[in-house]
Amino acid sequence: MARIDIRNVTKFYGKTQVVHGVDFTINDGEFVVILGPSGCGKSTLLRMIAGLEEISGGTICIAGDVVNDKEPRERGCAMVFQNYALYPHMSVAENIGYGLKVAGVPKAERLVRVQTVARTVGLDAFLDRKPGQLSGGQRQRVAMARAMIKEPKVFLFDEPLSNLDAKLRVQMRIEIRKLHQRLKATSVFVTHDQVEAMTLADRLVVMNKGVIEQIGAPKDVYDRPASVFVAAFIGAPGLNLLPATISSDGHSLTLADGQRLGVETARYPALKPGPVTLGLRAEALNIRPQGHVTGQGTLKATFDFAEELGVGQHIHAEVAGSPIVIHVDGRHPYTYNDVLSIEVSPRDLQLFETKTGLRIAEVNAPVPATSRDQPFVLDALA
Amino acid sequence: MVERTPILNILTHLILLTGLIMLLVPLWIVFVASTHDFRTVNTVPMTLWPGNQMIENYTLAWNQSGFGPKMLNSFIVAIGVTAGKIAIAAISAYSIVYFNYRFRSLFFWMIFVTLMLPLEVRIVPTYAVAANVLRPYQELLDLVGLTSLVNTVAGIRLALPEWSMLNSYTGLILPLIATATGTFLYRQFYLTVPDELAEAAKMDGAGPLRFFWDVLLPLSKTNMAALGTIMFVYAWNQYLWPLLIVTDIANYGTAVMQLQRIVPGPLFGEPPRWHIAMAGTLMVMTPPLLVVIFMQRWFVRGLVSTDK
Repeated sequence: MARIDIRNVTKFYGKTQVVHGVDFTINDGEFVVILGPSGCGKSTLLRMIAGLEEISGGTICIAGDVVNDKEPRERGCAMVFQNYALYPHMSVAENIGYGLKVAGVPKAERLVRVQTVARTVGLDAFLDRKPGQLSGGQRQRVAMARAMIKEPKVFLFDEPLSNLDAKLRVQMRIEIRKLHQRLKATSVFVTHDQVEAMTLADRLVVMNKGVIEQIGAPKDVYDRPASVFVAAFIGAPGLNLLPATISSDGHSLTLADGQRLGVETARYPALKPGPVTLGLRAEALNIRPQGHVTGQGTLKATFDFAEELGVGQHIHAEVAGSPIVIHVDGRHPYTYNDVLSIEVSPRDLQLFETKTGLRIAEVNAPVPATSRDQPFVLDALA
Repeated sequence: MVERTPILNILTHLILLTGLIMLLVPLWIVFVASTHDFRTVNTVPMTLWPGNQMIENYTLAWNQSGFGPKMLNSFIVAIGVTAGKIAIAAISAYSIVYFNYRFRSLFFWMIFVTLMLPLEVRIVPTYAVAANVLRPYQELLDLVGLTSLVNTVAGIRLALPEWSMLNSYTGLILPLIATATGTFLYRQFYLTVPDELAEAAKMDGAGPLRFFWDVLLPLSKTNMAALGTIMFVYAWNQYLWPLLIVTDIANYGTAVMQLQRIVPGPLFGEPPRWHIAMAGTLMVMTPPLLVVIFMQRWFVRGLVSTDK
C-alpha cells in the first residue's frame, strides 16, 4: 500500500516532448484512472511510474521514496499489460509464479501461493494449460493473477481491457472493481475508454497532449468539465458545444442564427461580453410540443435522425448550424427536417471561453440536471 | 490462389518429376556402384541394377578406412560447431536487438557483411591465426612500435607465447563458429517477440540474463532446431578446413577427409576401387541425412513461422 507523488514529471523522446510537467498525488488505496485519447502521454506516464520508461524531468515518489533511478523490481509495482504479455511457453501456474521464482521463493511456498491467487481469479482449473489454450478473458485473469501474487504496493493497468470483446470487458471491469475493493491496493489504470474510466475510478485524471486537463471524481468531471476538451471527451455523447456571443449587458447570449437564451449573470462574476462556447448536456435538454412556452429558454432545432438506445433515444438535430444531441426517454415520432422546440433551463448552461477552451468560473453553481434528484433521495432516506 | 487448370497441373508435376529424377539418379548410381564387385563396376556401360556385393563392400570400406573413430571425430566437430554457432548467434543477436549502445547497427552490419567472406576466401589468414592464435596481437604490438620500444629500453624482445590450434578439436571447431546466418536468423526471431514480454519479465524482477535464459531461449526452440540442422550438415561436410589444419590424421581426421584418401588414395592404392569409394560415400552421407529427416518438422517450422 502506498501513496504515489508525481512532481512536475516530463518526458522527452529525443527533442519531442510528450509529457509536459505533470503534477498530482495518488493516495494510498485509491483507484485512479488516467484517461485520454491515444498519444496523450497517459501510457508513457504509467510506464514511468513502473520504471519501464526513463523519467526526463521531475520526480516520482512511491511510498515516500524517490524511485527515479530504481529498477522496476525495486519499486514494488505490478503491471497488467494490454496484450497480457504472458510467457507463451510457460503454463498458467508457471506464468503466475515466475515473479516468485525469480525472487527465490521456495517451490513449496510458491505452489501454495499460486493456488491461492488462482482461486481468487477463478483459474484453479487451468493451472496446467498454456496461455495459447486460454480464451481472452482467461488470459486477462492470468495477467491479473501474475500481478496480484507479488502483493505489490501499486497495481498498474495499461489498457488491460481493450483487447476483450464488449461483454467480457464489462464483466472484467466489475471484477477489477471488486478486486480493488477487497485488496485496497493503490491502483493506476490507463484507458482511452471513458465509460471504463467513469465506472472504475475513485478519481479521474483526464490528459490531453501531455498535459493534465482535469483531475476529479468521475461525477464532478462529468458535471463540471474544466475545459472544452474534457467536455467533449467525457460522456456518451459528449457535451453539446455551440458557439455563442454574450450580450453587452451580460444577461443573455446569442447563437449563430440569432436565437437568444437568458444567462444567470450573477453566477459568472468574470463573464465579459463577447464570444463564448456554450455547453449543453444531452440529458439536460427536453423536447417540448410546438408553441409550448415556459419560463425556461427555448431553442429551435431541426430534426436529423434518432439513435435507438433501448432505454431511450438520442435525437440528433441541428441548432444554429451546429449538431446537437438530445437524450429522450421513450420514443419520438419525428421525421427528417421537423422543427423541434428544445427547452433549456438557464442553470444547465455551461460556458467556456472560446479562445482558451477553459470553463468560465462560477459561484454557487447549481446542482446539474444529471445529479439533481440524488441529494433529495438521500435526504429523504436520512 | 485456387486455379482449376488440369493441363497446367500435369505440366507442373512433370517439371517436379524431372527435377526429382535429376536429383535421384546420381544417388542411385552411387548406390548401385557400391553393391557390385570391382569388375562389374568398371564395365562399360555400367549396369543400373544393384549387385550382390553390398555387405562385402561396406564392411571393407568401413574397416579399412577406419570410419569408426573418424565418424566419432566428425560427430565431435559437427556437434561442437553446431552448439557453438547457436550459442554465439543467440547471444550476439540478443545484444543487437535488446541493448541500446552506440554503433550497434554498425556491428550488426559488420557481422552481416561476413556472409560475403566464407572460410574459403579467408583461408590463408585464418590458417595463419590458427597456427598461432596470438599472432595478430603480436603484429599489432610490432606495428604500434611497442616491441621496438621495449627492445631499446629494456633490451628484451617482447614476444607473446605461441598458441597453435593445429591438430586439435579446438582448431577444427573454433574458426567455423562465427556465423552471420545464425545471428541474422536469431535477430529476426527476437524482433517478432513482443516488447511487452521483456517488460513483463522486468516487472517480474528478471534481469537480462534471466530473461534470456528463461524466456527467449525456450521460445527459440524451433529456431534453434532449424539453425542446428543447417549447421550440423554444414559442419559435417567441412572438407577444405580439416584437410588444411589436420596433419595428424590418425587422431584428428574426420570422415569426409577420409573419403579423399580412398580414391585414388593411400588406403586402397591403384587402380581406383570405385565400388568401395561409393560405399564409403554413402556411409558418410548417412548421419547428416538422418539429422535432416528427424529434424525436418522443427526445421520447417523454425524457418517458416515463429510458433507462438
